[in-house]
Amino acid sequence: MTASRFNLRRFARVLVWVAVLGPVPWLVWLFVSGGLGANPIESLQHRTGHYAIRLLAASLAITPLRTLTGWGWLVVNRRTLGLAAFWWAIAHLCVYVGLDLFFDFGLFLEDVVKRRYITVGMLAIALLTPLAVTSSKGWIKRLGGVRWNTLHRMVYVAMLAAITHYLWAVKLDITLPVIYFVVVGVLLGFRLVTYRRRTRKTLDNSSSLAAQ
Amino acid sequence: MPIRRPSDIPSSEITPESLFVNRRAFLGSAGALALAGLGAPAVLSAASGSSQDDKVTPEEDATSYNNFYEFGLSKDDPKRYAGSLVTSPWTVNVDGLVKAPRRWDLNALLAGLTVEDRVYRHRCVEAWSMVIPWRGVRLRDVIARLEPTAGAKYVEFTTLLDPRQMPGQRSNALVWPYKEGLRMDEAMHPLTLLATGMYGRPMPNQNGAPLRLVVPWKYGFKGIKSIVSIKFSATQPSTSWSDANRSEYGFFANVNPTVDHPRWTQAKERRIGEFLRRNTLMFNGYQNEVASLYAGMDLRKFY
Repeated sequence: MTASRFNLRRFARVLVWVAVLGPVPWLVWLFVSGGLGANPIESLQHRTGHYAIRLLAASLAITPLRTLTGWGWLVVNRRTLGLAAFWWAIAHLCVYVGLDLFFDFGLFLEDVVKRRYITVGMLAIALLTPLAVTSSKGWIKRLGGVRWNTLHRMVYVAMLAAITHYLWAVKLDITLPVIYFVVVGVLLGFRLVTYRRRTRKTLDNSSSLAAQ
Repeated sequence: MPIRRPSDIPSSEITPESLFVNRRAFLGSAGALALAGLGAPAVLSAASGSSQDDKVTPEEDATSYNNFYEFGLSKDDPKRYAGSLVTSPWTVNVDGLVKAPRRWDLNALLAGLTVEDRVYRHRCVEAWSMVIPWRGVRLRDVIARLEPTAGAKYVEFTTLLDPRQMPGQRSNALVWPYKEGLRMDEAMHPLTLLATGMYGRPMPNQNGAPLRLVVPWKYGFKGIKSIVSIKFSATQPSTSWSDANRSEYGFFANVNPTVDHPRWTQAKERRIGEFLRRNTLMFNGYQNEVASLYAGMDLRKFY
């Protein structure tokens, strides 16, 4: 039994690393083979954005999965996925500023101020940055578990900002952004339900204690 | 280090009328394609002397990166799915304020009209652009044949409605069929084409076969594809994109670097195949030819 759990754990690690780094050789291959189409910069921009959103959603799926399966060891993947989402978001930003705008910071600032989908996209990255910085064990110790947990709840806001950014950027067909919203809604809804259940339990416990 | 392009590319870079390559001049010659591909930029250069900047976009790009929602919403969908479109026989229904409403066979509609090859800049509202060698007839020549009455102030075009041939019409991304329109003076302008081909060949399905509109000083969505109906009217017709989102897409849709799309700047554009964005030109560089059509109009209001 220990052997099979050990394998499952390793399998999950490999799966996560493939999800996180797999797009890199894939993008290189597409770039070299012309698979990015007539507008490769636009294609890179869209793809990096999708990876970032999906990885961030995957990191949010770890906690519900742990609760449902009882596999506490899954938690190590949460940081990997969250950090990877951050780095893909940075890649997304770099494609936009470096390739699309070619470091035209005037235009960039104008976009950030004037276009609400870019404003909210920058907000997502701004919120993810301190989380990425404090993702190490050292920082967990330094902040203490409670404060660290509180800080890292910002990921919920960042997630919502990221999918709002996508929704507002879309020209007409909002099918995919809506799917993202549904998935994120389920992931955040799960937390709400378990949180309620937990607080109710504590309340029940304390009231029964009072009765005694 | 950013390499800046000159912002003032002369607007005279269109192919001048005197240099239009007549289709008959090289039809049947083995070099038809070479002429369209190589001759065209030469024609552009002759116009201004400084238009190395407007190289014809590779045909592969112009036929694989398309907005034609009737075949799907992704840029590569039209090429993949437009094979299901049957373009011959093709009829065009003509009605409204016209001397004799009737259903035209496409060949009869265009018979005897001068077919021209013209290299135009093509600017999409999404801030990318191409340079495309079109083949077609002047819309004004077709209109002359149709004999609209004096009351006709606008022309309305409609795309084929047939979800079996156009699978994208099964989704309700837009209200089908696609509709576009021009004011009569815009329609009569000598730059306005009804195109039947590009790159010296018949129009590929994904680019709007067998008949599409080309209005080079307007955003690409005005260039309605696979036209089955032309209607003359006294009032401004409703148009698909304006109906879908009036605050983002207007009836006129003239290329204008000073009027931003609400969600992105229109001051710059990415020419397909180029790395750096270039400056977008007023009326897509056709200012000398068309600015007078809009004299006295507030182009911020009539975007």
